[in-house]
Amino acid sequence: MTIVLIVLGAALGAPLRYLTDRAVQARHDSVFPWGTFTVNVSGSFVLGLLAALPAHEGVMAFAGTGFCGALSTYSTFGYETLRLAEDGTRFYAVANAAASIVAGLGAAYCGMAIAQAVTG
Amino acid sequence: MTGRPVDPDVDLHVPRQRSELREGPWGVLAAIAAGGALGALARHGLGSVFPHRPGEFPWAVFWVNVSGCLLIGVLMVLVTETWTAHRLVRPFLGVGVLGGFTTFSTYVVDAQELVNHGAPLVGLAYLAGTLAAALAAVFTGVRVTRLLARPRRGEAAPRIRCGERSEASGE
Repeated sequence: MTIVLIVLGAALGAPLRYLTDRAVQARHDSVFPWGTFTVNVSGSFVLGLLAALPAHEGVMAFAGTGFCGALSTYSTFGYETLRLAEDGTRFYAVANAAASIVAGLGAAYCGMAIAQAVTG
Repeated sequence: MTGRPVDPDVDLHVPRQRSELREGPWGVLAAIAAGGALGALARHGLGSVFPHRPGEFPWAVFWVNVSGCLLIGVLMVLVTETWTAHRLVRPFLGVGVLGGFTTFSTYVVDAQELVNHGAPLVGLAYLAGTLAAALAAVFTGVRVTRLLARPRRGEAAPRIRCGERSEASGE
């Protein structure tokens, strides 16, 4: 059952990352990879929330391991950071790495704080 | 700009990727969903085989993210610089399998849980260590694949006949 829930969550999360990335890029023509930044920060927020609830094992498999795991991505983040550095936009490469990690940590912290406030 | 995509998931500056959803939306989305499910299962499998206790360095997710970064470097050089790949190869392997395999959310939440379990130094080492190793891995993947793929690029060149427009020379 866990495997089915992970498959379902990931089959939603990965296409949602692609569609979000497209939608963000269509609105912001920028060197900074805002699309991947958005999915990584959103995924961190939801996983922070789930981790602090604490969520049922099945919910964690579907929404945590499957959905948040596939919505957020390290390979895309890593490749983009390298490509920014390769193209000579070193400032954006460093800013992308720093901002993604700081915003991801902040978002996860907010998720955890909200979960703790709700559950008391 | 070198004309190569910066975002391996989708880069709207690349005309072929800009139009890929219009040409066959369900094929692209199904390939990403199937790849994402396979990637997430592989990550879950490794996490189950190599579990970590609270306060311990999360080695399984560390290696998942570092190896995924190595592989995205290899894949992107192959599909953007060496091959003329099938239109679903990047969506399936890059966006789906590797995007679903690697995870940013678990990386961040695991680091925070290390801090919450009284191991802030391990958390900091995990944050910085993953970033450094992942960037080194993606750099290695790109450079080694370019080096190995170079002779093949040379062989492919004569296929373009005089007067013919090609995607490679057009950019």
